[in-house]
Amino acid sequence: MAVITLFGVAVVVFCLLRVVPGDPVAMMVGPAASAADIAALRAHYGLDGPLPLQFLTWLKAALVGDFGTSITRHQSVLSILGAYLPATIELAFSALLVAILLGGATAVVATLLRQHRTSAAIDALNGVFLALPDFIWALILVLAFGVAVPLLPLTGRIDPSIDVPFATNFLLMESIITGRFAVAGNIAAHMAMPTLALALPLAAVIARVLRQALNEAMVQDYVLLARIKGMSELRLILHEALRNAVGPTLALTGVQATFLIGGTVVVERIFAYPGIGNLAIEAVINRDFPLIQGLVLMFGLIFILINIAVDLTVVALNPRLRHV
Amino acid sequence: MSDATFVKPAVGRRGGGSAVVKRLVRDRKVVVAGGYILLLVVLAIFAPAIAPVDPLAQDLSNAETPPVGFSGAIPDFLLGTDDLGRDVLSRAIFGARIAITVAFIAASLAAALGTLLGLLAGWYGRSIDNLVSRLVDVWMSFPAVLLSILLVAILGSGLDSVIAAIVVIDWTRFCRVVRTATMAQARMDYVTAARAIGFRRGAILVREILPNVIPVLIALLTLEMGIAVIVEAILSFVGLSVSSDTPTWGGMIAQGRQIVHEAWWVMTVPLLLLCATVIAFNQLGDGLTRALDPVLRR
Repeated sequence: MAVITLFGVAVVVFCLLRVVPGDPVAMMVGPAASAADIAALRAHYGLDGPLPLQFLTWLKAALVGDFGTSITRHQSVLSILGAYLPATIELAFSALLVAILLGGATAVVATLLRQHRTSAAIDALNGVFLALPDFIWALILVLAFGVAVPLLPLTGRIDPSIDVPFATNFLLMESIITGRFAVAGNIAAHMAMPTLALALPLAAVIARVLRQALNEAMVQDYVLLARIKGMSELRLILHEALRNAVGPTLALTGVQATFLIGGTVVVERIFAYPGIGNLAIEAVINRDFPLIQGLVLMFGLIFILINIAVDLTVVALNPRLRHV
Repeated sequence: MSDATFVKPAVGRRGGGSAVVKRLVRDRKVVVAGGYILLLVVLAIFAPAIAPVDPLAQDLSNAETPPVGFSGAIPDFLLGTDDLGRDVLSRAIFGARIAITVAFIAASLAAALGTLLGLLAGWYGRSIDNLVSRLVDVWMSFPAVLLSILLVAILGSGLDSVIAAIVVIDWTRFCRVVRTATMAQARMDYVTAARAIGFRRGAILVREILPNVIPVLIALLTLEMGIAVIVEAILSFVGLSVSSDTPTWGGMIAQGRQIVHEAWWVMTVPLLLLCATVIAFNQLGDGLTRALDPVLRR
């Protein structure tokens, strides 16, 4: 199923891109080029021949990891993706982590205070967070921490004045592992706003679903039993209720995580963060067909991997599903 | 065929309608949100009469003047000017035109397409349902923002393309919900009754099931309008929406983002409007759900 989806996406995007008005090769060479030059370039980028043949040529190369050459960057698509993907992976994972911690904490606090008036305030606030998407949060953060209280850097991934060699493109991971904490701090400061912008809407979703599940779990007999034994309210929630409430929340978090990946496109653009989202917008605007094609497949693959990961985690957390 | 009348469930049109309106008017959130949207519609329609200045008029001698109340402000420009000396207030008012147009047209078309396919899939089932459901699955396994950017790049920028992109992406939201609702309605007794009387399948779908699916649809449509406003703003922000001589909130935000350290208000004003609009459509949708759904009403 996953493979068929991916193949379908590849075919559709390939065909759509070929019917687009606007010839990338003509755009590239300028008006002075001869017809022979253009034909040669066309052949070089795999843009000559009938459509099905073009697709087969592309597919054959793609299956062995060759996604062609970017028209605007004159580099292999795979190497460009390799350079930009780690930045997005680091961003998406930190956003997911922040969202889970923030959403989880909110749900637990709201459950603790469920007989208190503040709980209604938390719900109302959560509603606002649910309504506003990452695009708006990113812009609010720009105004808040970039302009009003200029605490955080507004663009990029790392201060350009920092001149340290990196062995990989996982800059944050690498500087933490190698113990360069000053560098890691700088990268984290650059990532703070895009991470928060992506995390806030997801945290609101997690908070709402987890809170509902916790409320249902808190009236179960096993919680009552634990309460009779004298367990504190916080321990009740963390040790008894949470374990049973976390399953449905997790399944939903997985679905939402795919939205988070989609959100990186525009959030990376706002903060000029050098990830595949930003790259995608640039590629679309420049009509860089091979790069778009590679990016689209990359996004499709990420989505499928997330769905598989979610399925596996849900099964791992719920023993009842293991024998099916 | 005679116009047979038989008892329908309470969700029917007559009587229920005025009760719903009464409930909506009593809901303070709905009134505030609805009032705001109405104001926005009026601003959009009468923008040329309401806007104090021409939104495209440049006044370079008065570039980047702050809003009234801040030092250096000029009373002529209530909310300040941008780096070309254009009036932010007038541009924001004209920006409402694009936002409201996209909200209403794109959301309605997406709803129409999604509802049509959802009704067909839910009512006729079998191969139609299989085809539609598979299509929805594939569609939703793709990042919406990237897809819309891709579509607009393919269709070429412009208002029509933006609307088309939103419709092509968001019909799935309606399709899924309507399909489920149709399947639930199809099992109701009144449908069996209509069949027994001898209504044709198509007639039952249009005259019996559709009216009962509409309450769900209205709430969803309102939420979709909020989403459409955001998508248009994102596309304008990236520079793929209408041409740059038409003021849009997204375009103003993109421009304001560049000069945010010199003139923060250029970005702040459209951002506030965008926030308020999205929240208003959301509150309206939630309010409608509450008013139309007998289960949620306690």
